[in-house]
Amino acid sequence: MIFKYAVAMVTAIAVSMAGFIGIASAKVEGDTITLGSSISLTGKYATNGLHTQRGYDYAVKIINNAGGVKVGGKSYKLAVKYYDDESTPARGAQLAERLIQQDGIEFMLGPYSSGMTKAVAAVSEKFGVPMVEAEGASRSLFTQGYKYLFAVLSTSEQYLSTAIELAADKASDPSKVKVAMAFEGDPFSMDVRAGVVDTMAKYGMKAIIDDQLPADLSDMSTTLTKVKALKPDVLIISGHSKGAATAARQINEMKVNVPMIALTHCEAAKVQEKFPKAANGFLCPTQWVEGLSKSDPMFGSAAEWNAGFKKDYTSYTSVPYQSAQASAAVYVWAKAFEAANSFDQDTVRDAISAIEMETFYGDIKFSEAGNNIAKPMFMRQIDANGKYNLVETASDMTYPRNVSY
Amino acid sequence: MIDNLQLLFVWAPIINIQVILEGIFLGAVFALSAYGLALVWGVMNIKNLAQGDFVIMGGYLSFALGAYNIHLFIVLPVVMFIMFIYGWVIYKLIIKRVIDQDMFTSLLATFGLSLLMQQVMNLIWGPEVQIIDMELPVYDAFDGFVTIPLIKIISLILAAILSIIIVIFMKRSRTGQAIRATAQDPRAARVLGIDTDKVYAFTFSLNSAICGAAGVLVSVIWVIQPFYGITYSVRSFAIVTAAGLGNLPAVISAGFGIGLFEKYVGAILGTAYEVAAPVSILVIVLIIRQINMRRNRQVVR
Repeated sequence: MIFKYAVAMVTAIAVSMAGFIGIASAKVEGDTITLGSSISLTGKYATNGLHTQRGYDYAVKIINNAGGVKVGGKSYKLAVKYYDDESTPARGAQLAERLIQQDGIEFMLGPYSSGMTKAVAAVSEKFGVPMVEAEGASRSLFTQGYKYLFAVLSTSEQYLSTAIELAADKASDPSKVKVAMAFEGDPFSMDVRAGVVDTMAKYGMKAIIDDQLPADLSDMSTTLTKVKALKPDVLIISGHSKGAATAARQINEMKVNVPMIALTHCEAAKVQEKFPKAANGFLCPTQWVEGLSKSDPMFGSAAEWNAGFKKDYTSYTSVPYQSAQASAAVYVWAKAFEAANSFDQDTVRDAISAIEMETFYGDIKFSEAGNNIAKPMFMRQIDANGKYNLVETASDMTYPRNVSY
Repeated sequence: MIDNLQLLFVWAPIINIQVILEGIFLGAVFALSAYGLALVWGVMNIKNLAQGDFVIMGGYLSFALGAYNIHLFIVLPVVMFIMFIYGWVIYKLIIKRVIDQDMFTSLLATFGLSLLMQQVMNLIWGPEVQIIDMELPVYDAFDGFVTIPLIKIISLILAAILSIIIVIFMKRSRTGQAIRATAQDPRAARVLGIDTDKVYAFTFSLNSAICGAAGVLVSVIWVIQPFYGITYSVRSFAIVTAAGLGNLPAVISAGFGIGLFEKYVGAILGTAYEVAAPVSILVIVLIIRQINMRRNRQVVR
């Protein structure tokens, strides 16, 4: 009998403890709202994962210093709980589940890269946890019918289509423009390619070279040999930073003289430092520029955000856009909580969906599918001194490329 | 594809020269790492899956030394020396323990080593692609249609010098003879007083040094990244399978052959298929071998 009582007591205590722990680890405790994120701090995305994390942390700091987020007349501080996903999608999905189920996280920030976002979004969607992500640009993220996924950045098919628009502007007859394309076969680059092909179709342009690049790219001399022989007007390359590095090296070595060259990931591959001669005139798309004439009451203008971020993280000479968009994602959360005036997941989700605002990162307004349709992709051109200059219209662009090998 | 064939053989046959040159430069680097693999495979019966990672490690060492503005001709021997020591340590730590085990143990051990090396390089140098630019001149010919960077010519000459040294070393020196004797019959070699353990250690270290040299060349003519090792491993395996073990001239010609084949496949089908080329050769060689063996096979009923 006594034994039975003891068992009952222990069970009761255990249950109440569990309940207590459950409350203690919930997303909003006391005056703190905890957002959750699995982020790549080790593995192949470590560099950009860190840029992202710093962007999140900087925004959290600024928002908290400005008084935090007001919900129901009470001020809440923001905090982020991170796990390292080791740059592997399987681990990312696992950690998302852990954040939601064990840590009781109810609002999430995205991981780094489209692949990781795809893995994590499947989990957050299953549990109905809204996620604002800043680093997954793949178009395929927004064709799944996800209801709880929102992205502040421009999707990947917009990356290089601007280059085709610029080429069309420069040509007297756009349909005569000859385009050479070299894209890696991964989802990101294929999206970029789809955007380019759509825009080319709009002007009736022809692709005279359409090569696919391998994942382990270190040599694209055969593609460039063909480029030299066929003399296209525009050369478009996308293969992450290895593609940019290989392209710059071999364009330099093979003295490729195409009047217009556009490629992704110039900044990451530091082409302007490594191959200043070849990189002169390269067009490089970017999600954000520090000279952007947009601002918001929290971070100020793009330049002010940039200066503040540099002050906190002194190792940066130029701030990667990955950090800027990460900050913008946190800002979206703050705005959404205030607009919803509640912590109910679906109310907050609807508030995010209704957001329409100007930020230092550009305008933010989400489509039905969750991608940001208010912000364009920006194009910059590298000049002879290795500086990146914003190209807003075709007249800002040096054409043909002013290069002498 | 038809367009590309027309371009190569009708419209601008001159670009064949560029494709052939690229194939030769590529082949020279392949031949080096493949010969190292053939050596270890033939002498110790270890199929080194970390071969490509040794190459990339050599590349990163040269990148690290390059930061101090050291000349390529000094970097090359220094990297080879460091890689030799590294090979020795790896032999003593890992290879020695799996050398008498069955094939799967050694495959697993070297595969594990490959993963470990990739991750350590990733931790030290980060996942970004690294480039070494020697800023040497580029020569052009045929109206600028064909360009030949001086650095590739230098690499080709260095690779040639290295393989000549290795050939002479294997033929003439006592150690070279001991290696060949051990490869032919380890028991007989032991009976005749050759310390096979030392020979194994030396062979593995030599392979490591050769890979290091290949890595230096890779880093100055292409780009390096911690996870690129696998492509060099695959190419080395394809070459060794095609050429057989312990036959340096065959390995070198197979290296050039695969280099050229890769470049032509790239020019005709697209750059993405270049990596597939050596693997398809591997499959074709294995099928032909199988057919030949079946012809000679006698079945006892």
